[in-house]
Amino acid sequence: MCAVRDIIKSHSARVLVFFDEFMEGVSMFKSAMIGLLGMLAVLMLPQAAQAEYADVVINNYADAAGMRPAVFPHWYHRIRFRCKVCHADLGFKLKAGGNKITMAKIIDGKFCGACHNGEISWSVENCGMCHSGVPGTPTQIHGSTVQRLVAPTYKSLGKPAK
Amino acid sequence: MKTKYFFLSVLAMTTLLVVGVNAQAAQAPLKEVKSAKGKVSGANIFNRLLKKDEQRNAAPPEDGIHDSANDGTHVLQPPLIAYDGLPTSEFGNYVDWVKSLDDGLLKPRYDLSDPTVEPLVMDLDIVREVKASMPDVVFPHKPHTQWLHCSNCHPKIFIPQRNANVISMSAILLGQKCGVCHGKVSFPITTKSCTKCHSKPKPADWKPPKSEASLKNPWR
Repeated sequence: MCAVRDIIKSHSARVLVFFDEFMEGVSMFKSAMIGLLGMLAVLMLPQAAQAEYADVVINNYADAAGMRPAVFPHWYHRIRFRCKVCHADLGFKLKAGGNKITMAKIIDGKFCGACHNGEISWSVENCGMCHSGVPGTPTQIHGSTVQRLVAPTYKSLGKPAK
Repeated sequence: MKTKYFFLSVLAMTTLLVVGVNAQAAQAPLKEVKSAKGKVSGANIFNRLLKKDEQRNAAPPEDGIHDSANDGTHVLQPPLIAYDGLPTSEFGNYVDWVKSLDDGLLKPRYDLSDPTVEPLVMDLDIVREVKASMPDVVFPHKPHTQWLHCSNCHPKIFIPQRNANVISMSAILLGQKCGVCHGKVSFPITTKSCTKCHSKPKPADWKPPKSEASLKNPWR
């Protein structure tokens, strides 16, 4: 149910405008039927995420700060870099959400900022390229064995410590 | 004003659904008994939990994790475009990453900015004898050192010493030992990937070890 609620929440403003125009000259009964059918259609949509194996959702601070959670695609990066570059040289721990990455650290040239600085890769002003997750998605490695076997144990870390 | 009726009906439908789901959950065992009498229940269809082919490698806006209302999502590259021409596998990303690297189809950097740095590859196989009837495990250092640095695993995850590491499948499945990567990023533990590690057949005269209980009571 959570997914349905989120869909309704995130699109409610746009849906309202659209439907006020759409409902012009439609009878009461018909509008109720459209509502029922629409709801059924939403329920028929595939609910499970089909994201790529090893996509990491990082939601330590994003939700609390009103930002979409960041999504890190492992597959995209391993085509260009070997694991060693990030996990040995840059000090990324082998744990989703375990690095407590903040924008301040990135701008400082740490973590993602070692490449995403406008020199090796695009710079941090492209907010939406990383912060592209569905709001409220918990920190996770998508498709991981742990995620499939055990209930997610990750929690938001709230506001970053200064 | 008509919009009000639309939302009222949506609300009604949602309430019905919540009640329905709760009732269904409460009566789940009863339902199964009923289905035994004739009708095959939806719970008993073939390959219920298997991922369907069309659900693999979805493009970011359709993958359920990325927000399609976000402009940046639509700029991201769909994985299937990047995987074009790479050897396939049956699990994980459905790409054989190690073979892609061996065949020279990928040239990932070993250094942040210098593309000419070559990895420090060590070609040493470690054989781990498995107590039970599964084939013994051969750990190849070569593909691991092509991607990783020694310090990624040693000494924190694996003590670089013979017989110093206790590894079990349950630890791996819970994300420890090999499971720090395998099952998260590198190829996952599925019934199709067992033999990737368990690759050395037992000797012809191998017999399962007897437990203490069966040694005490040979008729057991």
